[in-house]
Amino acid sequence: MRQLYTFHGGIHPPTNKAQSTTQPIAYAPLPAELVISLHQHAGEVAKPLVEVGERVLKGQLIGAPVSGFSAAIHAPTSGTVAAIGLQIVAHPSSLPELCITLQADGKEEWAARHPVDFRTLSNAELQSHLRAQGVVGLGGAVFPSDMKLRHSIPVETLIMNGAECEPYITCDDMLMRERAAEIVRGTEILRHALNTKSVLFGIEDNKPEAIAAMQQAIDDSSLPFEVVAVPTLYPGGSAKHLIKVLTGLEVPSGKLPTDIGVQCFNVGTAYSVKRACDDGEPLIARVVTVTGNVAQPRNYEALIGTRFAELVSASGALPGTDRYIMGGPMMGLELPGANVPLVKASNCLIAASDALFPPQPAPLPCIRCTRCVGVCPAELQPQDLYWFAQSNNFGKAQEWNLFDCIECGACAYVCPSSIPLVHYYRYAKSEIRARDQEKRAADLARERHEFRQLRIEREKQEKANRLAQKERAATTANAKTVAETASVPTPAKPVVTVDDTQQLRINTALERAKAQATAARPKNTDHLTPEQLAEIAAIEARRSHIHDIAADTGADDEPPKQS
Amino acid sequence: MITALWVMIAIAVVLGVVLGYAAIRFRVEGNPLVEKIDAVLPQTQCGQCGYPGCKPYAEAIAKGEADINLCPPGGEEGIHKLAELLGVEPKPFGADRQPRAKAVAFIDEKDCIGCTLCIQACPVDAIAGAAKQMHTIIAAECTGCELCVAPCPVDCISMQPLPERPNTWKWKYPVILLRPQK
Repeated sequence: MRQLYTFHGGIHPPTNKAQSTTQPIAYAPLPAELVISLHQHAGEVAKPLVEVGERVLKGQLIGAPVSGFSAAIHAPTSGTVAAIGLQIVAHPSSLPELCITLQADGKEEWAARHPVDFRTLSNAELQSHLRAQGVVGLGGAVFPSDMKLRHSIPVETLIMNGAECEPYITCDDMLMRERAAEIVRGTEILRHALNTKSVLFGIEDNKPEAIAAMQQAIDDSSLPFEVVAVPTLYPGGSAKHLIKVLTGLEVPSGKLPTDIGVQCFNVGTAYSVKRACDDGEPLIARVVTVTGNVAQPRNYEALIGTRFAELVSASGALPGTDRYIMGGPMMGLELPGANVPLVKASNCLIAASDALFPPQPAPLPCIRCTRCVGVCPAELQPQDLYWFAQSNNFGKAQEWNLFDCIECGACAYVCPSSIPLVHYYRYAKSEIRARDQEKRAADLARERHEFRQLRIEREKQEKANRLAQKERAATTANAKTVAETASVPTPAKPVVTVDDTQQLRINTALERAKAQATAARPKNTDHLTPEQLAEIAAIEARRSHIHDIAADTGADDEPPKQS
Repeated sequence: MITALWVMIAIAVVLGVVLGYAAIRFRVEGNPLVEKIDAVLPQTQCGQCGYPGCKPYAEAIAKGEADINLCPPGGEEGIHKLAELLGVEPKPFGADRQPRAKAVAFIDEKDCIGCTLCIQACPVDAIAGAAKQMHTIIAAECTGCELCVAPCPVDCISMQPLPERPNTWKWKYPVILLRPQK
């Protein structure tokens, strides 16, 4: 029996997982229209690669990653691109994001798939393959998986996260029950890339079926992986906390798990890694729990871009639903409507009603009871952070390690004054990030401005130098000519004054102008026939006549032009 | 008595020499206050303060020639930071210097004649282009100073407010409803 460790705090909210585990994972019906957000991963918005009206195949690359911290987006089915534009997506801001609307043709015609044999690939090659297949972490943070394979020190332990601690969500549970062999295969690929010694599957002990299924699959594969049942305690599924429970190691503040020789992947990610390598299929679908106020709560394997409303109607919408939550009730976000599309981060959709989630009473003042301190898994002082955030004292909040807060919501859950604590922390975090951003922009602007001034100064200096050099050359040349022409008595002045050089310059300019004037004269005036000469004379006469008329009619302000 | 006097004088002379040497040896180059003020200013280099850039304004503040409420791009927060740094009372902006929403310049490329006047006006080299070639703004480098707008002979430069997008969006301060909204 492996020794387990504990983390500070944690809560036991009602799990509400049984409702959605009675039925196997179903394939969601193919919708007529899919809306694929180009920003469904942590990092930068992908660049669209298709045009409106273009026909795309299932699995075709439609959005390219723009930098190292970005992910590829693929067409979830075959069809025609109907629009590329801003649409409301699943984001707490309710702001629109760039999306590709795809009209499905129902043929599900695949683009060329490129399966790879992972054994022949190095870590770097596997990284670029996963990057090309748009694989991101499916646990909720949607961090590009290829970035998680980078490490500076050897990774000893690979942890597969099947804890799924948040209430209502069962997508990982059902995936482990039904597709354990594929998860084991994906884990084998990740272990190959990271070359780790041990692999631990951390699954909360409220999922005995999943634990049994994973154990069975590991026994069948005869790989040296270990399934560990961890005590059910929210937020035990947070990567840092699962690492602490399984290994006793703590990820230091501001560091990554790889810095202490551990890496953690979600089991759903392992499944999509398997699909990306063995089957050459990019990440275009995921398992999502549809639960809450619906007739038949269950899990669906749905295409990315499916509108949530379609999933709700597949599960049977019930009256009384007044809002939708993506994710769980603790950390999830309220959707701006059921019409927003499924993204790679969508692990759960809860149709919420007042009966299921009674409205929070109005917040009361903080009484400094420190119950939040007792449950904080990051060992912070939530009541102090709240105090600093609500008084806009961001420097102090940062000093109190605000950025170690994982926004799990345990503090707000136990708060007897019902203060929306996490909202305050998110507010403070985004303000601090915006200020950092502004500071960086200001530093860049200062640097560019100073460089520009330096450049202007340098150019001025160079110009002055050039002019002085020219002047000197002209002076010596002039002095020479003067010396040559003046052959007699009065010896030429050795030094020519500035006026002389200027005169010289004027003279050359005049000569140049004269030469140009001669060059510009019409060249076909020689050898003219008498008829042509007569014609010219007639034209000239007419011209002077016109000038005379113009002069007579009194163009006072404009004297007649000389012909 | 006389000895004591001599001893005191000797100490005074020695200490005076030490202090005088230290003043020369450890002399601070430039005014550190200017750097501190400059770090607070938003570096738009827009000249709305009446000085030809953020650094000259910082120098003027340090000398006590300029007020702290002349920098609209810095916003109210900038005034508060300056007030805190200088130990003075914050002042509101004048009526003619109200902060505006952050914007970046945009060149309507079909009208641009390639005169390079805007390139010469840009304080942070955020305009790319050459004589008789179309110019364009490097939006990521643009500080929104508006200095390029006036010199354009064909009025093809406009200021475009930056739209709020999910990746620039900020969580708002929690609003507490005393009575549930229905």
